[in-house]
Amino acid sequence: MKKHGFNLFYFIREGFASIFSHGLMSFAAVCMIVACLLIMGSFSLLAVNADNLLSEAEDDNEFLVFIDETFTDDQINALGAQIMALPNVDAANVRFIPKEDAKATYIERYGDESMYASLPDEVFRDRISIHVLDLSKFKETVDAVKALEGAANVRDQSELAMSFVAVRNGATALATVLVGLLVCVSLFIIANTIRLAAFTRKEEIAIMKMCGATDGFVRWPFLIEGLVLGLTGAIVAFFLQWGVYILVLQGLEESGVFSIFVPIPFLEIWKMVLAVFCGAGALIGMVGSGLAIGKFLQV
Amino acid sequence: MIRLIDVYKEYDNGTKALNAIDMRIDDGEFAFLVGPSGSGKSTIIKLITAEESPTAGQVVVNGFNLNNIRHWQIPYMRRTLGVIFQDFRLNKKKTVWGNLEFTMRIIGASRKEMRQRIPYVLDLVGLTDKSDALPDEISGGEQQRVAIARALINNPQMIIADEPTGNLDPTFSLEIMTLLERINAMGTTMLVVTHEKDLVNRFGKRVIAIKDGELIRDAQGGYGRPV
Repeated sequence: MKKHGFNLFYFIREGFASIFSHGLMSFAAVCMIVACLLIMGSFSLLAVNADNLLSEAEDDNEFLVFIDETFTDDQINALGAQIMALPNVDAANVRFIPKEDAKATYIERYGDESMYASLPDEVFRDRISIHVLDLSKFKETVDAVKALEGAANVRDQSELAMSFVAVRNGATALATVLVGLLVCVSLFIIANTIRLAAFTRKEEIAIMKMCGATDGFVRWPFLIEGLVLGLTGAIVAFFLQWGVYILVLQGLEESGVFSIFVPIPFLEIWKMVLAVFCGAGALIGMVGSGLAIGKFLQV
Repeated sequence: MIRLIDVYKEYDNGTKALNAIDMRIDDGEFAFLVGPSGSGKSTIIKLITAEESPTAGQVVVNGFNLNNIRHWQIPYMRRTLGVIFQDFRLNKKKTVWGNLEFTMRIIGASRKEMRQRIPYVLDLVGLTDKSDALPDEISGGEQQRVAIARALINNPQMIIADEPTGNLDPTFSLEIMTLLERINAMGTTMLVVTHEKDLVNRFGKRVIAIKDGELIRDAQGGYGRPV
Protein backbone atom coordinates (compact mmCIF):
# COMPACT_ATOMS: atom_id res chain seq x y z
CA MET A 1 0.00 0.00 0.00
CA LYS A 2 1.91 3.03 -1.22
CA LYS A 3 -0.71 5.57 -2.12
CA HIS A 4 0.69 8.78 -0.73
CA GLY A 5 -1.14 11.02 -3.21
CA PHE A 6 -3.70 12.51 -0.89
CA ASN A 7 -1.13 12.75 1.93
CA LEU A 8 0.11 15.89 0.19
CA PHE A 9 -2.81 17.79 1.70
CA TYR A 10 -1.98 16.33 5.09
CA PHE A 11 1.68 17.38 4.77
CA ILE A 12 0.70 20.92 3.76
CA ARG A 13 -1.89 21.21 6.54
CA GLU A 14 0.57 19.94 9.16
CA GLY A 15 3.30 22.24 7.84
CA PHE A 16 1.11 25.35 8.12
CA ALA A 17 -0.28 24.30 11.51
CA SER A 18 3.25 23.96 12.84
CA ILE A 19 4.18 27.47 11.64
CA PHE A 20 1.37 29.02 13.67
CA SER A 21 1.90 26.79 16.71
CA HIS A 22 5.21 28.57 17.41
CA GLY A 23 4.56 31.86 15.68
CA LEU A 24 7.33 33.89 17.30
CA MET A 25 10.10 31.56 16.16
CA SER A 26 8.54 31.42 12.70
CA PHE A 27 8.46 35.22 12.60
CA ALA A 28 12.14 35.36 13.63
CA ALA A 29 13.03 32.85 10.91
CA VAL A 30 11.17 34.85 8.26
CA CYS A 31 12.89 38.07 9.43
CA MET A 32 16.30 36.45 9.13
CA ILE A 33 15.55 35.22 5.63
CA VAL A 34 14.31 38.69 4.67
CA ALA A 35 17.50 40.28 6.02
CA CYS A 36 19.66 37.72 4.25
CA LEU A 37 17.93 38.11 0.92
CA LEU A 38 17.74 41.88 1.15
CA ILE A 39 21.47 42.21 1.73
CA MET A 40 22.23 39.59 -0.90
CA GLY A 41 19.85 41.33 -3.31
CA SER A 42 21.26 44.82 -2.69
CA PHE A 43 24.83 43.78 -3.35
CA SER A 44 23.83 41.64 -6.29
CA LEU A 45 21.92 44.57 -7.85
CA LEU A 46 24.96 46.79 -7.29
CA ALA A 47 27.12 44.17 -9.00
CA VAL A 48 24.59 43.78 -11.84
CA ASN A 49 24.54 47.54 -12.41
CA ALA A 50 28.34 47.77 -12.31
CA ASP A 51 28.47 44.89 -14.76
CA ASN A 52 25.98 46.66 -17.01
CA LEU A 53 28.07 49.84 -16.93
CA LEU A 54 31.13 47.79 -17.66
CA SER A 55 29.42 46.20 -20.64
CA GLU A 56 28.52 49.66 -21.93
CA ALA A 57 32.10 50.76 -21.39
CA GLU A 58 33.30 47.64 -23.16
CA ASP A 59 31.22 48.67 -26.17
CA ASP A 60 33.32 51.84 -26.15
CA ASN A 61 36.61 50.17 -25.32
CA GLU A 62 38.71 52.34 -27.55
CA PHE A 63 41.89 54.33 -26.91
CA LEU A 64 44.12 56.41 -29.15
CA VAL A 65 47.88 56.23 -29.60
CA PHE A 66 49.48 59.40 -31.04
CA ILE A 67 52.34 58.73 -33.39
CA ASP A 68 55.72 60.39 -33.26
CA GLU A 69 55.75 63.16 -35.92
CA THR A 70 59.18 62.04 -37.16
CA PHE A 71 57.88 58.61 -38.15
CA THR A 72 57.71 57.76 -41.86
CA ASP A 73 54.79 55.92 -43.46
CA ASP A 74 56.77 52.66 -43.40
CA GLN A 75 57.50 53.09 -39.72
CA ILE A 76 53.83 53.88 -39.07
CA ASN A 77 52.83 50.69 -40.91
CA ALA A 78 55.34 48.71 -38.85
CA LEU A 79 53.95 50.25 -35.64
CA GLY A 80 50.43 49.29 -36.76
CA ALA A 81 51.54 45.70 -37.29
CA GLN A 82 53.19 45.62 -33.85
CA ILE A 83 49.99 46.89 -32.21
CA MET A 84 47.86 44.31 -34.02
CA ALA A 85 50.17 41.56 -32.74
CA LEU A 86 49.67 42.57 -29.10
CA PRO A 87 47.47 40.36 -26.90
CA ASN A 88 44.01 41.73 -26.01
CA VAL A 89 44.03 44.01 -29.08
CA ASP A 90 41.12 43.57 -31.47
CA ALA A 91 43.29 43.36 -34.62
CA ALA A 92 40.33 43.80 -36.94
CA ASN A 93 39.55 47.18 -35.38
CA VAL A 94 43.02 48.78 -35.38
CA ARG A 95 42.55 51.89 -37.50
CA PHE A 96 45.03 54.54 -38.66
CA ILE A 97 43.63 58.10 -38.49
CA PRO A 98 45.68 60.73 -40.38
CA LYS A 99 45.99 64.17 -38.79
CA GLU A 100 43.73 65.70 -41.46
CA ASP A 101 40.89 63.40 -40.50
CA ALA A 102 41.55 64.09 -36.83
CA LYS A 103 41.24 67.82 -37.51
CA ALA A 104 37.98 67.31 -39.41
CA THR A 105 36.53 65.24 -36.58
CA TYR A 106 37.63 67.86 -34.06
CA ILE A 107 35.96 70.66 -35.96
CA GLU A 108 32.82 68.58 -36.47
CA ARG A 109 32.60 67.80 -32.76
CA TYR A 110 33.30 71.29 -31.49
CA GLY A 111 31.37 73.22 -34.14
CA ASP A 112 31.96 76.47 -36.05
CA GLU A 113 34.12 75.48 -38.99
CA SER A 114 35.05 79.13 -39.77
CA MET A 115 36.61 79.52 -36.33
CA TYR A 116 39.03 76.63 -36.89
CA ALA A 117 39.55 77.09 -40.66
CA SER A 118 42.96 78.65 -40.22
CA LEU A 119 44.12 75.87 -37.88
CA PRO A 120 47.08 74.08 -39.57
CA ASP A 121 46.93 70.27 -39.87
CA GLU A 122 50.31 70.02 -38.08
CA VAL A 123 48.65 70.96 -34.80
CA PHE A 124 47.17 67.47 -34.85
CA ARG A 125 49.08 64.19 -34.85
CA ASP A 126 48.57 61.04 -36.84
CA ARG A 127 47.01 58.52 -34.55
CA ILE A 128 45.90 54.91 -34.34
CA SER A 129 42.57 53.90 -32.82
CA ILE A 130 42.74 50.64 -30.87
CA HIS A 131 39.94 48.47 -29.42
CA VAL A 132 40.65 46.05 -26.59
CA LEU A 133 38.96 42.68 -26.23
CA ASP A 134 38.86 42.39 -22.42
CA LEU A 135 38.32 45.61 -20.53
CA SER A 136 39.71 44.16 -17.30
CA LYS A 137 43.12 44.01 -19.07
CA PHE A 138 42.75 47.50 -20.47
CA LYS A 139 45.62 49.04 -18.49
CA GLU A 140 48.09 46.28 -19.39
CA THR A 141 47.25 46.76 -23.06
CA VAL A 142 47.68 50.54 -22.85
CA ASP A 143 51.05 50.06 -21.12
CA ALA A 144 52.16 47.61 -23.81
CA VAL A 145 51.26 50.12 -26.56
CA LYS A 146 53.00 52.95 -24.70
CA ALA A 147 56.18 50.88 -24.60
CA LEU A 148 56.30 50.63 -28.40
CA GLU A 149 58.74 52.85 -30.29
CA GLY A 150 56.88 55.62 -32.08
CA ALA A 151 54.00 55.79 -29.61
CA ALA A 152 54.37 59.42 -28.54
CA ASN A 153 51.36 59.53 -26.29
CA VAL A 154 48.24 57.57 -25.42
CA ARG A 155 44.77 58.89 -24.57
CA ASP A 156 42.70 56.42 -22.61
CA GLN A 157 40.02 56.19 -19.96
CA SER A 158 41.55 53.28 -18.13
CA GLU A 159 40.94 54.78 -14.70
CA LEU A 160 37.21 54.98 -15.36
CA ALA A 161 37.17 51.46 -16.77
CA MET A 162 39.17 50.16 -13.81
CA SER A 163 36.86 51.85 -11.33
CA PHE A 164 33.90 50.03 -12.89
CA VAL A 165 35.78 46.76 -12.63
CA ALA A 166 36.69 47.55 -9.01
CA VAL A 167 33.07 48.34 -8.09
CA ARG A 168 31.84 45.16 -9.73
CA ASN A 169 34.50 42.97 -8.14
CA GLY A 170 34.12 44.62 -4.75
CA ALA A 171 30.35 44.30 -4.75
CA THR A 172 30.58 40.66 -5.84
CA ALA A 173 33.17 39.82 -3.19
CA LEU A 174 31.30 41.62 -0.41
CA ALA A 175 28.01 40.09 -1.48
CA THR A 176 29.58 36.63 -1.49
CA VAL A 177 31.02 37.00 2.02
CA LEU A 178 27.90 38.60 3.48
CA VAL A 179 25.58 36.15 1.81
CA GLY A 180 27.71 33.27 3.07
CA LEU A 181 27.48 34.55 6.63
CA LEU A 182 23.80 35.37 6.42
CA VAL A 183 22.95 32.04 4.84
CA CYS A 184 24.67 30.31 7.78
CA VAL A 185 22.75 32.44 10.28
CA SER A 186 19.47 31.89 8.43
CA LEU A 187 20.05 28.14 8.29
CA PHE A 188 20.76 28.17 12.03
CA ILE A 189 17.55 30.08 12.82
CA ILE A 190 15.43 27.97 10.47
CA ALA A 191 16.96 24.78 11.83
CA ASN A 192 16.20 25.88 15.40
CA THR A 193 12.63 26.80 14.48
CA ILE A 194 12.07 23.39 12.94
CA ARG A 195 13.94 21.68 15.78
CA LEU A 196 11.58 23.33 18.25
CA ALA A 197 8.60 22.17 16.21
CA ALA A 198 10.01 18.65 16.04
CA PHE A 199 10.83 18.66 19.75
CA THR A 200 7.28 19.56 20.74
CA ARG A 201 6.13 16.66 18.58
CA LYS A 202 8.89 14.27 19.62
CA GLU A 203 6.50 11.81 21.25
CA GLU A 204 4.17 11.91 18.24
CA ILE A 205 7.08 11.30 15.89
CA ALA A 206 8.20 8.32 18.00
CA ILE A 207 4.69 6.82 17.82
CA MET A 208 4.52 7.45 14.08
CA LYS A 209 7.83 5.68 13.59
CA MET A 210 6.67 2.79 15.78
CA CYS A 211 3.53 2.49 13.64
CA GLY A 212 5.68 2.11 10.54
CA ALA A 213 5.98 5.69 9.27
CA THR A 214 8.81 6.16 6.81
CA ASP A 215 11.36 8.95 7.33
CA GLY A 216 9.79 10.76 4.38
CA PHE A 217 6.31 10.71 5.91
CA VAL A 218 7.64 12.27 9.11
CA ARG A 219 9.97 14.69 7.34
CA TRP A 220 7.65 16.18 4.69
CA PRO A 221 5.51 18.41 6.95
CA PHE A 222 8.70 19.92 8.41
CA LEU A 223 10.19 20.44 4.95
CA ILE A 224 6.98 22.15 3.88
CA GLU A 225 7.14 24.33 6.99
CA GLY A 226 10.70 25.34 6.06
CA LEU A 227 9.67 25.89 2.45
CA VAL A 228 6.75 28.13 3.44
CA LEU A 229 8.95 30.14 5.82
CA GLY A 230 11.60 30.49 3.11
CA LEU A 231 9.13 31.56 0.43
CA THR A 232 7.36 33.98 2.77
CA GLY A 233 10.72 35.57 3.56
CA ALA A 234 11.55 35.69 -0.15
CA ILE A 235 8.34 37.47 -1.13
CA VAL A 236 8.61 40.01 1.70
CA ALA A 237 12.26 40.61 0.80
CA PHE A 238 11.35 41.04 -2.87
CA PHE A 239 8.93 43.90 -2.20
CA LEU A 240 11.31 45.52 0.28
CA GLN A 241 14.09 45.22 -2.29
CA TRP A 242 11.88 46.88 -4.86
CA GLY A 243 11.21 49.78 -2.50
CA VAL A 244 14.86 50.14 -1.54
CA TYR A 245 15.92 50.11 -5.20
CA ILE A 246 13.39 52.81 -6.12
CA LEU A 247 14.54 54.95 -3.17
CA VAL A 248 18.19 54.59 -4.16
CA LEU A 249 17.39 55.49 -7.77
CA GLN A 250 15.50 58.58 -6.61
CA GLY A 251 18.49 59.58 -4.49
CA LEU A 252 20.86 59.11 -7.41
CA GLU A 253 18.59 61.06 -9.73
CA GLU A 254 18.52 63.99 -7.32
CA SER A 255 22.31 63.92 -6.99
CA GLY A 256 22.71 64.13 -10.77
CA VAL A 257 24.65 60.90 -11.09
CA PHE A 258 22.35 59.84 -13.95
CA SER A 259 24.32 62.15 -16.25
CA ILE A 260 27.24 59.72 -15.86
CA PHE A 261 25.39 56.44 -16.00
CA VAL A 262 21.84 55.09 -16.17
CA PRO A 263 20.99 52.25 -13.78
CA ILE A 264 18.86 49.29 -14.88
CA PRO A 265 15.15 49.96 -14.14
CA PHE A 266 13.75 47.48 -11.58
CA LEU A 267 10.90 46.53 -13.91
CA GLU A 268 13.48 45.16 -16.34
CA ILE A 269 14.92 42.75 -13.78
CA TRP A 270 12.07 42.02 -11.36
CA LYS A 271 11.44 38.53 -12.72
CA MET A 272 15.06 37.54 -12.23
CA VAL A 273 15.14 39.06 -8.72
CA LEU A 274 11.91 37.28 -7.73
CA ALA A 275 13.13 33.95 -9.11
CA VAL A 276 16.49 34.21 -7.33
CA PHE A 277 14.85 35.28 -4.05
CA CYS A 278 12.28 32.48 -4.17
CA GLY A 279 14.93 29.91 -5.10
CA ALA A 280 17.28 31.03 -2.35
CA GLY A 281 14.47 31.30 0.23
CA ALA A 282 13.11 27.87 -0.61
CA LEU A 283 16.58 26.33 -0.51
CA ILE A 284 17.47 27.91 2.84
CA GLY A 285 14.11 26.83 4.30
CA MET A 286 14.26 23.25 3.13
CA VAL A 287 17.94 22.68 3.87
CA GLY A 288 17.47 24.18 7.35
CA SER A 289 14.52 21.86 7.98
CA GLY A 290 16.37 18.85 6.65
CA LEU A 291 19.29 19.55 8.97
CA ALA A 292 17.01 19.94 12.00
CA ILE A 293 14.74 16.94 11.62
CA GLY A 294 17.43 14.31 11.07
CA LYS A 295 18.08 13.36 14.68
CA PHE A 296 14.36 13.02 15.48
CA LEU A 297 14.09 10.29 12.87
CA GLN A 298 16.55 8.05 14.71
CA VAL A 299 13.81 6.09 16.49
CA MET B 1 7.28 -15.11 14.28
CA ILE B 2 10.08 -13.93 16.54
CA ARG B 3 13.42 -15.68 16.83
CA LEU B 4 16.23 -14.56 19.12
CA ILE B 5 19.38 -16.67 18.75
CA ASP B 6 22.13 -16.38 21.36
CA VAL B 7 21.49 -12.67 21.75
CA TYR B 8 23.72 -10.42 23.84
CA LYS B 9 23.15 -6.75 24.43
CA GLU B 10 25.55 -4.37 26.10
CA TYR B 11 24.75 -0.64 26.09
CA ASP B 12 27.32 2.06 25.40
CA ASN B 13 27.53 2.84 29.14
CA GLY B 14 28.67 -0.72 29.80
CA THR B 15 25.37 -2.08 31.13
CA LYS B 16 24.97 -5.73 30.18
CA ALA B 17 21.24 -5.99 29.49
CA LEU B 18 20.96 -9.41 27.86
CA ASN B 19 23.09 -12.51 28.10
CA ALA B 20 22.78 -15.42 25.64
CA ILE B 21 19.02 -15.16 25.11
CA ASP B 22 17.47 -17.86 22.95
CA MET B 23 13.78 -17.46 22.34
CA ARG B 24 11.20 -18.39 19.76
CA ILE B 25 7.59 -17.25 19.44
CA ASP B 26 5.72 -18.86 16.59
CA ASP B 27 2.91 -17.39 14.53
CA GLY B 28 -0.41 -17.41 16.37
CA GLU B 29 1.14 -17.93 19.82
CA PHE B 30 0.26 -16.00 22.98
CA ALA B 31 3.21 -15.47 25.32
CA PHE B 32 3.82 -13.43 28.44
CA LEU B 33 7.26 -11.96 28.99
CA VAL B 34 7.79 -11.51 32.71
CA GLY B 35 10.55 -10.46 35.03
CA PRO B 36 11.50 -7.83 37.60
CA SER B 37 12.39 -4.24 36.70
CA GLY B 38 15.76 -4.02 34.98
CA SER B 39 15.70 -7.70 34.03
CA GLY B 40 15.96 -6.99 30.30
CA LYS B 41 12.30 -7.17 29.16
CA SER B 42 12.33 -3.68 27.66
CA THR B 43 15.60 -4.41 25.88
CA ILE B 44 14.01 -7.45 24.23
CA ILE B 45 11.08 -5.29 23.05
CA LYS B 46 13.52 -2.67 21.72
CA LEU B 47 15.44 -5.34 19.82
CA ILE B 48 12.21 -6.69 18.33
CA THR B 49 11.06 -3.23 17.23
CA ALA B 50 14.55 -2.39 15.88
CA GLU B 51 15.01 0.55 18.27
CA GLU B 52 18.22 -1.17 19.37
CA SER B 53 20.46 -3.70 17.70
CA PRO B 54 22.07 -6.67 19.46
CA THR B 55 25.74 -6.64 20.46
CA ALA B 56 25.88 -10.27 19.34
CA GLY B 57 23.45 -12.90 18.12
CA GLN B 58 20.57 -12.92 15.65
CA VAL B 59 17.12 -11.30 15.83
CA VAL B 60 14.51 -12.29 13.25
CA VAL B 61 11.03 -10.72 13.28
CA ASN B 62 8.26 -11.72 10.88
CA GLY B 63 10.76 -12.69 8.21
CA PHE B 64 13.04 -9.67 8.64
CA ASN B 65 16.56 -10.40 9.82
CA LEU B 66 17.19 -7.35 11.99
CA ASN B 67 20.96 -7.91 12.00
CA ASN B 68 21.26 -6.83 8.41
CA ILE B 69 18.03 -4.89 7.86
CA ARG B 70 18.48 -1.64 5.90
CA HIS B 71 17.32 1.58 7.51
CA TRP B 72 14.62 2.10 4.87
CA GLN B 73 13.23 -1.41 5.52
CA ILE B 74 12.59 -0.79 9.22
CA PRO B 75 9.20 0.97 8.71
CA TYR B 76 8.01 -1.96 6.61
CA MET B 77 9.11 -4.42 9.31
CA ARG B 78 7.30 -2.33 11.95
CA ARG B 79 4.12 -2.47 9.90
CA THR B 80 4.04 -6.19 10.67
CA LEU B 81 3.89 -5.30 14.38
CA GLY B 82 1.35 -3.47 16.49
CA VAL B 83 2.74 -1.97 19.67
CA ILE B 84 0.72 -1.14 22.80
CA PHE B 85 2.25 0.97 25.55
CA GLN B 86 1.50 1.20 29.27
CA ASP B 87 0.76 4.94 28.99
CA PHE B 88 -1.40 4.51 25.84
CA ARG B 89 0.47 7.26 23.90
CA LEU B 90 -2.57 8.45 22.02
CA ASN B 91 -2.66 11.74 20.15
CA LYS B 92 -4.71 13.86 22.56
CA LYS B 93 -5.69 16.34 19.85
CA LYS B 94 -7.30 13.72 17.65
CA THR B 95 -10.52 11.85 18.27
CA VAL B 96 -10.62 8.08 18.63
CA TRP B 97 -11.45 7.87 14.92
CA GLY B 98 -8.71 10.42 14.12
CA ASN B 99 -6.08 8.36 15.95
CA LEU B 100 -6.96 5.30 13.92
CA GLU B 101 -7.24 7.22 10.66
CA PHE B 102 -3.82 8.75 11.22
CA THR B 103 -2.26 5.31 11.80
CA MET B 104 -3.74 4.09 8.53
CA ARG B 105 -2.59 7.24 6.74
CA ILE B 106 0.98 6.43 7.80
CA ILE B 107 0.96 3.29 5.68
CA GLY B 108 -0.74 5.02 2.75
CA ALA B 109 -4.21 3.50 3.11
CA SER B 110 -6.97 4.99 0.99
CA ARG B 111 -10.06 6.74 2.41
CA LYS B 112 -12.17 3.79 1.29
CA GLU B 113 -9.94 1.36 3.19
CA MET B 114 -10.20 3.60 6.26
CA ARG B 115 -13.99 3.76 6.07
CA GLN B 116 -14.13 -0.03 5.93
CA ARG B 117 -11.46 -0.92 8.49
CA ILE B 118 -11.94 1.63 11.28
CA PRO B 119 -15.60 0.75 12.14
CA TYR B 120 -14.67 -2.94 12.11
CA VAL B 121 -11.81 -2.48 14.58
CA LEU B 122 -13.80 -0.07 16.77
CA ASP B 123 -16.51 -2.71 16.99
CA LEU B 124 -13.91 -5.35 17.84
CA VAL B 125 -12.65 -3.35 20.84
CA GLY B 126 -16.17 -2.20 21.81
CA LEU B 127 -15.73 1.52 21.14
CA THR B 128 -18.13 2.12 18.26
CA ASP B 129 -20.02 4.75 20.26
CA LYS B 130 -16.82 6.57 21.26
CA SER B 131 -15.42 7.22 17.81
CA ASP B 132 -15.91 11.00 18.07
CA ALA B 133 -14.54 11.31 21.60
CA LEU B 134 -11.16 12.77 22.42
CA PRO B 135 -8.83 10.58 24.52
CA ASP B 136 -9.27 12.82 27.58
CA GLU B 137 -13.02 12.34 27.42
CA ILE B 138 -12.87 8.55 27.94
CA SER B 139 -11.68 6.29 30.77
CA GLY B 140 -8.21 4.74 31.11
CA GLY B 141 -9.56 1.34 30.12
CA GLU B 142 -11.18 2.83 27.04
CA GLN B 143 -7.99 4.69 26.15
CA GLN B 144 -6.10 1.42 26.30
CA ARG B 145 -8.71 -0.14 24.03
CA VAL B 146 -8.12 2.71 21.60
CA ALA B 147 -4.40 1.90 21.79
CA ILE B 148 -5.23 -1.75 21.05
CA ALA B 149 -7.39 -0.65 18.13
CA ARG B 150 -4.52 1.45 16.83
CA ALA B 151 -2.15 -1.52 17.12
CA LEU B 152 -4.66 -3.68 15.23
CA ILE B 153 -5.76 -1.18 12.60
CA ASN B 154 -3.09 -2.01 10.03
CA ASN B 155 -3.71 -5.74 10.48
CA PRO B 156 -0.28 -6.68 11.89
CA GLN B 157 1.02 -10.23 12.16
CA MET B 158 1.93 -9.67 15.80
CA ILE B 159 1.02 -7.40 18.70
CA ILE B 160 3.56 -6.47 21.34
CA ALA B 161 1.96 -5.10 24.48
CA ASP B 162 4.36 -3.44 26.91
CA GLU B 163 2.71 -3.45 30.35
CA PRO B 164 -0.73 -2.87 28.81
CA THR B 165 -2.49 -3.04 32.17
CA GLY B 166 0.10 -1.14 34.20
CA ASN B 167 -2.04 1.99 34.47
CA LEU B 168 -5.37 0.26 34.91
CA ASP B 169 -7.38 -1.02 37.84
CA PRO B 170 -7.98 -4.82 38.11
CA THR B 171 -11.39 -4.75 36.41
CA PHE B 172 -10.10 -2.91 33.36
CA SER B 173 -6.92 -5.06 33.39
CA LEU B 174 -8.91 -8.24 33.08
CA GLU B 175 -11.05 -6.70 30.39
CA ILE B 176 -7.97 -5.65 28.36
CA MET B 177 -6.27 -9.01 28.75
CA THR B 178 -9.45 -10.79 27.68
CA LEU B 179 -9.58 -8.56 24.62
CA LEU B 180 -5.97 -9.41 23.76
CA GLU B 181 -6.75 -13.10 24.16
CA ARG B 182 -9.72 -12.72 21.80
CA ILE B 183 -7.54 -10.96 19.21
CA ASN B 184 -4.98 -13.75 19.52
CA ALA B 185 -7.71 -16.29 18.93
CA MET B 186 -8.35 -14.53 15.59
CA GLY B 187 -4.79 -15.35 14.52
CA THR B 188 -2.64 -12.44 15.65
CA THR B 189 0.50 -13.45 17.53
CA MET B 190 0.65 -11.82 20.98
CA LEU B 191 3.62 -10.98 23.19
CA VAL B 192 2.58 -9.32 26.44
CA VAL B 193 5.12 -7.87 28.85
CA THR B 194 3.68 -7.67 32.34
CA HIS B 195 4.37 -7.68 36.06
CA GLU B 196 0.93 -8.88 37.02
CA LYS B 197 1.36 -12.41 38.32
CA ASP B 198 -2.31 -13.03 39.11
CA LEU B 199 -3.36 -11.99 35.66
CA VAL B 200 -0.73 -14.19 34.03
CA ASN B 201 -1.72 -17.18 36.11
CA ARG B 202 -5.39 -16.61 35.36
CA PHE B 203 -4.85 -16.98 31.62
CA GLY B 204 -2.53 -20.00 31.82
CA LYS B 205 -0.55 -19.12 28.69
CA ARG B 206 3.11 -19.56 27.86
CA VAL B 207 5.38 -17.55 30.18
CA ILE B 208 8.94 -16.49 29.34
CA ALA B 209 10.75 -15.29 32.45
CA ILE B 210 13.82 -13.08 32.35
CA LYS B 211 16.09 -12.17 35.24
CA ASP B 212 19.36 -10.21 35.14
CA GLY B 213 19.38 -10.46 31.37
CA GLU B 214 19.07 -14.24 31.28
CA LEU B 215 16.17 -16.45 30.31
CA ILE B 216 15.36 -18.45 33.43
CA ARG B 217 12.06 -20.08 32.51
CA ASP B 218 10.02 -20.74 29.41
CA ALA B 219 6.94 -22.84 30.04
CA GLN B 220 3.22 -23.11 29.49
CA GLY B 221 0.65 -22.62 32.21
CA GLY B 222 1.38 -19.53 34.21
CA TYR B 223 4.01 -17.77 36.22
CA GLY B 224 5.17 -20.80 38.18
CA ARG B 225 7.30 -20.26 41.20
CA PRO B 226 8.56 -16.73 41.99
CA VAL B 227 11.53 -15.71 39.89
